[in-house]
Amino acid sequence: MTERVGILAVGQTKYCPNRADVSEEELAYEAIKQVLEATGLTLSDIDSAVTCSQDFWDGRTISSMNIQHVVGAHLSHEDKVTEDGINAVYCAMGQILSGHQDIVLVVAHTKESQAEKSLIENAAFDPALMRQLGLDFTSAAAMQAKRYMYKYGITSEQCAKVAVKNRANAKNNPLAQEPMDITIEDVLSSKMLSSPIRLLDAKPTSDGACAMILAPEAKAKKITRKPVWILGASNCYETHYLGDRDLADCDALTKAAQKAYSMAGIKNPLRQIDVAEISEEYTYQELLWMEGLGFCNRGEAGKLIDRGVTKMGGKLPVNPSGGVLSGNPTGVAGMTRVAEAVLQLRGEGSDRQVEGAQVALAHGVTGICGQLQAVMILGNS
Amino acid sequence: MSTVTEKLEGMDVWLYHGQIYIPNTYSAGAVGSKFLIELRDRKRIVGTRCPTCNRVYVPARSICKDCYSQLDEWVEVSNKGTLLTYTVCNQQNAIQPVEAPIVYGIIQLDGADTGFVHLLGEVDPEQLKVGMRVQAVFKKEREASILDIKYFKPLV
Repeated sequence: MTERVGILAVGQTKYCPNRADVSEEELAYEAIKQVLEATGLTLSDIDSAVTCSQDFWDGRTISSMNIQHVVGAHLSHEDKVTEDGINAVYCAMGQILSGHQDIVLVVAHTKESQAEKSLIENAAFDPALMRQLGLDFTSAAAMQAKRYMYKYGITSEQCAKVAVKNRANAKNNPLAQEPMDITIEDVLSSKMLSSPIRLLDAKPTSDGACAMILAPEAKAKKITRKPVWILGASNCYETHYLGDRDLADCDALTKAAQKAYSMAGIKNPLRQIDVAEISEEYTYQELLWMEGLGFCNRGEAGKLIDRGVTKMGGKLPVNPSGGVLSGNPTGVAGMTRVAEAVLQLRGEGSDRQVEGAQVALAHGVTGICGQLQAVMILGNS
Repeated sequence: MSTVTEKLEGMDVWLYHGQIYIPNTYSAGAVGSKFLIELRDRKRIVGTRCPTCNRVYVPARSICKDCYSQLDEWVEVSNKGTLLTYTVCNQQNAIQPVEAPIVYGIIQLDGADTGFVHLLGEVDPEQLKVGMRVQAVFKKEREASILDIKYFKPLV
């Protein structure tokens, strides 16, 4: 990139199973207030807002329809992005690099508690070929998990280790919804949702919001002492019809990662990246996405978790925050990964801090079996 | 739709209980329609072949995802195939055509280069295996729907 874009501040609500005590605008406001206070900016300093929600989850059916005034877009500029907030961060980055906007507020919010998850997910499938089968993201992900485990010999125990690690990490994150002390046996004896995915292999229903302020380098340095820079970013899609790809592989993620790495000058991700926040809605995904991200060869992520490479204190801690598994809503989860990466790079991770982190990876995913893959590399120097 | 106030940890909160009811149509297009009509009228599973990369798409598609070629060569594929993956889903939702537990699978039909997403039936979940051979079972009354195939059953 010719000019750098900085993230000035991040704000997150606590993630909860049900925030019926607040409206959507009030939920978004909780996160936005934090970034305004942290930067000393007011809404009149914001040139543009990029908001992210999903139509069926939010306004049913117009996402972000009722949050204009809390994002500063009342009589001002707002762009709406769907799928995941990590795309909204990408969009904000583009607005700044284009020179059109200087100070951009990014907000993602979702209340999963307000609608029936399975039916909303079902509406994402092709009406003629897949929707009538009654598939949802969990039953589709279960077929991906099965295919991945079959093709590469990944075991249920290795998947369960992801749940054990991430829910234990969540104990160090006061914003996490489900910090837990659990064992592999607890995971393997939890209720079977859709084989091989069990209750503790899956993320819980979650409500929450995340906000950020971005600015070009010169302004970022004036406003904050600790800006975090976006060094590389990309996204890539898989095809929609599930039978058109081998679900055991994730070529779209590999492509997104390669592009983000090349922008950021990353040649050896395992060595050059200090901490990774990866969107794992199900346990197998942390392993599969690590392969797509090039932290190991295809089929070898099970060995990484066995060797403790991804635990706190390991060579590459993955999801010190507790990850999506510990509770983040869809649409927000990928942006939460960016926020957690920023906290790590500012040295503000408190009990979940990876000491001396200088380069971090944030990954977002949306859709059926990881149809959209987004990768962002961030740095603090 | 209705509204109520509910007690939530010491506070009263007003909740709107809505349900989206919007009658709408969706066209499967010329290619998708022909695929579904072949199921109804001839109990045939048809796909399209890419003139550039030779890939056979089933269900039939109009554009190749790799080559961007328009696909207009129709091919009939077998109603038998190999199971690529599966799941036994214990969660019921209002759209599922049968009671849970419901078995989903992706099947590579003989003659096709893609997987076909559908249901499995007449199968003991314990017997399910990636690589097992399965065969389509058609419904008697068909209406040009993906559900004109009742399910795929193991080949014995």
